[in-house]
Amino acid sequence: MGSTLLRSSWARAAALPSRKKVVIVTFGGGARDQETFALEGQENIPHLMREFIPQATFFTQVVNRGILGHYVATASLATGVYETFNNFAAVAPQSPTVFEYFRKDLKRPSSDAWVVAPSNGFNRIGESSHRSYGAGLGARVILPKRLLTAATSGRRNDYQHLLRDNYETPYFAPELAGSEFELQQLEMILKLSVDDFKNHAQTLSSPDELSLYIARQLMRQVAPSLLWITMHDIDIAHAGAFSLYIDGIRRTDRLCSDLWKTIQSEPEYAGKTTLFILPDFGRDSDEDAGGNGFQHHRTGDALSRTTWMLVAGPGIREGVVFDRAVDSTDLVPTLGSMLGFVPSLAQGKPINELL
Amino acid sequence: MLPRDLKPGQFTGYPPEARKIVTNYLATLQQLPLSFVPSLLRELIDYDFKFPAERMAREKELARLSSLSGEELKTWFEGFAQIRLSPQLEEFDWIKAPAQFVERLSAHLWSTHQLDAFRKASNDYADRLRSAVPPERPSIPRLGIAVIGQGVALYDQPLFRRLRAHGAYFSGIKPENGMRQLLDAVAARAKAHPDPYAHWYIDGGEELDHAASLTCVSYKSLEPARAVLLHKMQSEIDRPGMGPEALRTLLAQMRPADLGMDRETTGKPRDEVLERFEVSLLTEGSGTQIFSTSFAQWAAREALRRAQSLTLLVRFAPRQRQKPMNELLSWAPARQEFDFIGSLVDADMGAYYNWLNQQRLPGAEQSSFLVWFEGHNQALAIGPSIPRGTESTSPADLEQVLAWTV
Repeated sequence: MGSTLLRSSWARAAALPSRKKVVIVTFGGGARDQETFALEGQENIPHLMREFIPQATFFTQVVNRGILGHYVATASLATGVYETFNNFAAVAPQSPTVFEYFRKDLKRPSSDAWVVAPSNGFNRIGESSHRSYGAGLGARVILPKRLLTAATSGRRNDYQHLLRDNYETPYFAPELAGSEFELQQLEMILKLSVDDFKNHAQTLSSPDELSLYIARQLMRQVAPSLLWITMHDIDIAHAGAFSLYIDGIRRTDRLCSDLWKTIQSEPEYAGKTTLFILPDFGRDSDEDAGGNGFQHHRTGDALSRTTWMLVAGPGIREGVVFDRAVDSTDLVPTLGSMLGFVPSLAQGKPINELL
Repeated sequence: MLPRDLKPGQFTGYPPEARKIVTNYLATLQQLPLSFVPSLLRELIDYDFKFPAERMAREKELARLSSLSGEELKTWFEGFAQIRLSPQLEEFDWIKAPAQFVERLSAHLWSTHQLDAFRKASNDYADRLRSAVPPERPSIPRLGIAVIGQGVALYDQPLFRRLRAHGAYFSGIKPENGMRQLLDAVAARAKAHPDPYAHWYIDGGEELDHAASLTCVSYKSLEPARAVLLHKMQSEIDRPGMGPEALRTLLAQMRPADLGMDRETTGKPRDEVLERFEVSLLTEGSGTQIFSTSFAQWAAREALRRAQSLTLLVRFAPRQRQKPMNELLSWAPARQEFDFIGSLVDADMGAYYNWLNQQRLPGAEQSSFLVWFEGHNQALAIGPSIPRGTESTSPADLEQVLAWTV
């Protein structure tokens, strides 16, 4: 009975009149220019180079002036305000998120804004603690690694090591406290049985592949207008193995291409979706003696603060490159201008080149 | 608690040499800002277990600071004095736990957007100090050697790409007895210039026979300690409320005895300076506990930074393979597998970092560096007498290349 009601509720959300959609992908746990768009790094991102660049607007300098920890930096991207909370605490952003502005201003149902993030640490990203927004106005959050852990509960094996978050330390899995997506909702919302989910997971090589799988399922079954996907495989770099960091970049490059193909092939998304791809920040420079190169993002040097952004979709200029510096906090005001909401508390400014 | 309130009795918990140097310079420390003093104490609290180069650098730094007038000190520390600290930081017991204070200070700097100001203050201070107390030049030109690609039969991608512009690429190396030649060369340097902790051999796998005059650290010999450490880390991670910061604090407090490395446990005659160094590699390095390539690179970085080695031979070894998710979900019995090609890529980057770290030390313009693809005919040499960006296909063994390079 409940399942039937929920089904019809989600189906209604998906059946809202066709509107512009936006998908945001954070390019997996911090990547440096020299391993991505700099000349020597382009071999690692063949899909971004060949498929996206000719049809996208590309910004070569996106500066993050905030805390370079993945959760707090992603929260800053999502609020348009440099959040200052402890990166490792399971807390909500203090400023309203893009999801709350979107839903409140445009009166959208909760089914229309979703976050897919592999890392347990991101479970509070969908909704702020701001008293004018917050409770009930945010995005639904799916943590695929958490789902997989739940789906395989009772079977302890060394795969759990892989399922742990690897940001800042390869061993840490923070406690969950929040309204994360429950296992039983797999079937109700994503139309996936636990067995199907487990079986498919066994064909995938990384948590980010699992995230893309879930995101696709979500796009087909719910078709949210605002979808935020946080990739994280690249952050294996913290373990110091350069080859694994490069593997992560190449995989994320491929997954971005797969996502773009999905956007173009799904009727709910084709022709009306703008895709943003950007790392949350860079990583430390080889030249800074205080760091250890690609391994971390602790020095706060220019390279670790400066990254890029690629935007593609209807109305976006194709094959254009802008070298002027934009700010990480400009993302939310830009989304506001595109989708028609007012992020009144965001610090950044709309990026005119995209409007 | 502010530095001006420091008293000798507050340092009774410090080891004897550390207590002595701190109390000798207490009047100077009392005049310095709180945003700076704990960072200095973090170095001094372990003074008894520091390498000679580190001890000398600290002594010179303190002597120089103590020679400055009050006005000069104000000028030197102007940037640090402007850093705003929280009451919680001021109340923290930074005398007893300076490392933990520095961790909290770091979080405070990030969250209050003062990190850039702190970086500038630190860089300005380092520049002033370098100019006032020029770093000790090495007694002989430094030599760094990296051996990469152990166990790789075939690799068709270009190697040493980041280093090629700085030296000569050799494609006609005769690989026979290569490791022996390199070990003999570093042993000869150690014999001719027998300074303590000046000549190092770091192995990412099992160490080969080597001269006793070399300071040797190997991944294999630390296997029991790594197992104990990983077990302890796992236990701590499983505890409710444990997070990365708490884990890092716990790791920072570990001593050789905690990992079964002390003399009483092992029965081996070893030195505490080296034991502490080894513990720090496993507890302060990220990934050093699980990947041998990360261990070798980090150990080399720390040997250069801390001991300022004159000779450093680093042999990278294959690291364990990172299993993809589908394999981990297949519930197959766990068995150790190596990623040979991935390890070569790691080590190629690691060799570049070794060279960069060597070039940060005094005497860089006279330093030499050699990297060799183990068992193969490719090597690259950098040195004052080596023409940059050149290639040689002539047959040569590593002994000859070293003779041309050093």
